[in-house]
Amino acid sequence: MIETIRVWAVVILVGFGLFFTLVSTVGVIRLPDIYSRAHTASQTDTLGAGFALAGVALALGWQHATVYTVLLLFFVFITNPTAAHAIARSAAESGVEPQLAETDAGPTEPATDAETDGGEVR
Amino acid sequence: MIPDLGEVFVLAAAGFVVLAIAMFYRAVAGPTMQDRLLAVNVLGTNTVVVLALLAAGLDEAWFLDVALIYALLNFLLSIAISKFTVERGGVL
Repeated sequence: MIETIRVWAVVILVGFGLFFTLVSTVGVIRLPDIYSRAHTASQTDTLGAGFALAGVALALGWQHATVYTVLLLFFVFITNPTAAHAIARSAAESGVEPQLAETDAGPTEPATDAETDGGEVR
Repeated sequence: MIPDLGEVFVLAAAGFVVLAIAMFYRAVAGPTMQDRLLAVNVLGTNTVVVLALLAAGLDEAWFLDVALIYALLNFLLSIAISKFTVERGGVL
């Protein structure tokens, strides 16, 4: 009984890891600029690797290899957002402009509209 | 019915490899240097997960050592290239 629960928990954890890595891949391929790509990559990739490594650690049981897996999990959890932060910071310092909403919509009409409305309300 | 964990791990590793191959599109076609670097970083994390899954699925515990060293080198690569891109205008 407890063995069945453990096996299904491992399957569910690995499936969650695969799902979040799928989300990360779709985001990195389809999102428009480097900052949104770094955002989705760091968030979902940390979760994907975390769930998959937790499933491996649960499947291995109580032995030496589990210590390696938990160490790897903590290492990935710490270094993945750090690397994404360094990449986004290097993009900002080498002059990559973030894509804003005003560049797509007409910049004049909504801006003046919001300006007068905001001034009235405040 | 209890699924066989070895087959589950090998199938999940195959899925991760397919996603990593899809990620190569951004590493090849990324307009800026940082896009390629981000794609390579995610690819490296996928490789670490694939190594850990194969270590459990094929019952080869020494794959975990390789995965640990790979994670260390992947982090070092991302930090070093993003720093060199700002301070020296590229790695080469």
